[in-house]
Amino acid sequence: MSGNDRQRGLEGPPPEERPTPDGRRNEQGIRIDPEVEATHDPRRTVISALVKHEPGVLAEVSGLFSRRQFNIESLTVGPTTDEDRARITLVVEEPDPGIDQVKKQLRKLIPVVSVRELEPDAMRRELALVKVDAADPAQVAAVADMYDATAVDSSPETATYEVTGSRQKIEAAIETFEQFGIREVDRTGMTALARGTDETTGPTPAEASVSAVEDATQTKYTADDD
Amino acid sequence: MSERAATVSPPDERAQEEQKHDRDASTADGTPDPVTSGAQAVVRALENAGVEYAFGVQGGAIMPVYDALYDSEITHVTMAHEQGAAHAADAYGIVAGEPGVCLATSGPGATNLVTGIADADMDSDPLVALTGQVPTEFVGNDAFQETDTTGVTTPITKDNTFAADPDRVGDDVGEAFALAGEGRPGPTLVDLPKDVTNADTEAEPATPETPDTYEVQERADPEIVAEAAERIEAATRPAMLLGGGVIKGEASETCREFAIEHEIPVITTMPGLGAFPEDHELSMEMAGMHGTGYANMAITHCDTLIAVGTRFDDRLTGGIETFAPDAAVIHVDIDPAEISKNIHADYPLIGDADTVVSQLAEAVDASPEATKWRAQCQQWKSEYSMAYDVPSEQSGDEPSTSSKMPEDEPVQPEFVVEALDEATDDDAIVTTGVGQHQMWACQYWTFTEPRTWVSSHGLGTMGYGLPAAIGARLAADDDQEVVCVDGDGSFLMTMQGLSVAVRENLDITVAVLNNEYIGMVRQWQDAFFEGRHAASDYNWMPEFDKLAEAFGARGFRIDDYDEVADVIAEAVAYDGPSVIDVHIDPEANVYPMVPSGGDNGQFALTEDQL
Ligand SMILES: Cc1ncc(C[n+]2csc(CCOP(=O)(O)OP(=O)(O)O)c2C)c(N)n1
Ligand SMILES: [Mg+2]
Repeated sequence: MSGNDRQRGLEGPPPEERPTPDGRRNEQGIRIDPEVEATHDPRRTVISALVKHEPGVLAEVSGLFSRRQFNIESLTVGPTTDEDRARITLVVEEPDPGIDQVKKQLRKLIPVVSVRELEPDAMRRELALVKVDAADPAQVAAVADMYDATAVDSSPETATYEVTGSRQKIEAAIETFEQFGIREVDRTGMTALARGTDETTGPTPAEASVSAVEDATQTKYTADDD
Repeated sequence: MSERAATVSPPDERAQEEQKHDRDASTADGTPDPVTSGAQAVVRALENAGVEYAFGVQGGAIMPVYDALYDSEITHVTMAHEQGAAHAADAYGIVAGEPGVCLATSGPGATNLVTGIADADMDSDPLVALTGQVPTEFVGNDAFQETDTTGVTTPITKDNTFAADPDRVGDDVGEAFALAGEGRPGPTLVDLPKDVTNADTEAEPATPETPDTYEVQERADPEIVAEAAERIEAATRPAMLLGGGVIKGEASETCREFAIEHEIPVITTMPGLGAFPEDHELSMEMAGMHGTGYANMAITHCDTLIAVGTRFDDRLTGGIETFAPDAAVIHVDIDPAEISKNIHADYPLIGDADTVVSQLAEAVDASPEATKWRAQCQQWKSEYSMAYDVPSEQSGDEPSTSSKMPEDEPVQPEFVVEALDEATDDDAIVTTGVGQHQMWACQYWTFTEPRTWVSSHGLGTMGYGLPAAIGARLAADDDQEVVCVDGDGSFLMTMQGLSVAVRENLDITVAVLNNEYIGMVRQWQDAFFEGRHAASDYNWMPEFDKLAEAFGARGFRIDDYDEVADVIAEAVAYDGPSVIDVHIDPEANVYPMVPSGGDNGQFALTEDQL
């Protein structure tokens, strides 16, 4: 045998002669019944993170989202009553396993103190500045009234209103203002807090790691089939 | 003034060198001088952390730190390239089990470190990088040799810090050191502006500590442990999958005991090589793209997978849909974010590998009934034996020996790896470049001890091998051998490191498996690109043995089978750096192979099965 016509490779039963298992996983790595296509649909949720108030944190958080291809809808950041802490509020749209990943990856960043996904009943508010053509001031004012919008600025050609509220309300307001011709819009993205005495994000990492355990326990998407 | 820092000593002064490197002997002279500058605080923080070696290259912005290092007990190894400094420090960290330290100046020094930092990040290796930076007042002005180093390295570090305050800079470094080593290890970086290191300060750094926001869970939830234990007891086809986290978490012993007590077949990932002795009956060796056929059969057919310290990389899992599709997965990991990231964990056990496997060991009362399964595994081991095709008529059943090898046949790489393994002790350390040679090293070296396999797994960095051998050499015990199994292409990327190995007279043996190809690419071209060898042909290769001699190392060359054993013996015996240019069969390929995204159980044994 010469070096070139030797059969290159190893001996053993070829692929078609090997037994194959019955099971299968879906693209999220979850074991599924081969008959059903079980995937998790994306859902929108609000995640609040308490972070160290220092340079680079926002870049680190937004970089995490882009490099891990997390679907992020809005991100707001602002100081808190503790000058060493800032709060970041994120709206993400991901299937459940993706939401878990977002939380865990955020928690992993060293300047992130604690992370929590807010309950559906959490208070969520957004603010938008809407600058419209003021050709018909009375009509514009009537629409503004409908959405409790406050006039912030007016000029012979324009009127600018501040709208606050839920995302749906803001979107409805913008849609309605559109009839006058919107010149510019600026939206803050969603801010959110948990209701009542429920604390949005715990001030200590201990709570974060407890919730990591909770997460792990909760991460059971499949009925135990054994 | 001490002469110890930045040493350059001819090989014949090796004896004194070794004395110098013997740290225990030189700490008796009382308390150190108080810190007077930011740079001294940086060095003091390293000393407090017990750092013995640092790898780096000098330059403008880092000069104050080097000046402080000049008086330190820390031995600085001047490297030929910063990439090599990062790899050397990374390998040092792998072998020593504590963070390796590398230094570079700002701008190009820092960017040259980037590959090594990214490598450490992918492999969770403990590494501390200290980079010089232009003075704070120039930052943001595109000053000479200014690079946004923290910006560049944010996605590839566990954490990084721009040291803005001379009174804190020592603590910044201490914190970086603690963070790099604790929990899931990883690279950290402190960017040191020159004005901060030059500034006066008397702030002595505190004992290195992780920041208060950093917490690591040690013990797993006992309820899930109990459920997992039940699952293990009820398993009929159990398997353990040991990843790099087992080695980093010092859990090899506990995992071995557990597997052996309950007679559970053990598969390793590539970074997990050495976590379980591959000469043990229960060892199925490595699974994944170039894993053994039997490991891939076992992982595909098990009903319970006890996975410890692995992140289920795609080179291990192949296509997700077909990965261990019947297995309930018990996933032990210290990083919650690894749980259910790629493969859903039915039993998520967050915690330190050694602690959690001990918890499991305590909770499992009865071994699984798996006699049939074990027999099946043994059968796969013989059906899919890794015995390679020896180009000799007489090869028959007898073990191949070089005396039987025909002279005119090209040397097969597997044979060379086995010969190197035979010529060295069990605790010998193997480093590699990236490519076919690396896979042959995985497959044909019999790993039995943790921290003896030092390779670039996640990033797959060609050029890792030689600088890694330098770092590994300095971390290893004196009587441990260090062998670099390199590729011709990989060696060419960082071989300037030979100058360091010669200068420091480091006893390492580099075996370049020279196929005059960037062989792994050539193999893929043959399989997937109709044999079109676009830019994979390296037939302009230098003669590595002569190149080695030019550096002052010993150079050897192997062309034929009958030279293999003797030349290897001579090279390994040489007390200093040696390079063997091993001309192997250029057409040799790595099998088994699971193509990217393929089904592990459908691994190809030959090209036509791909
Ligand atoms: C820095 C870097 N560049 C490119 C690659 C892509 N690559 C992977 S393997 C390989 C060939 C390596 O050649 P060699 O070191 O000679 O090893 P062989 O496969 O021939 O054993 C290449 C180019 C890589 N992994 N790393
Ligand atoms: Mg090659």
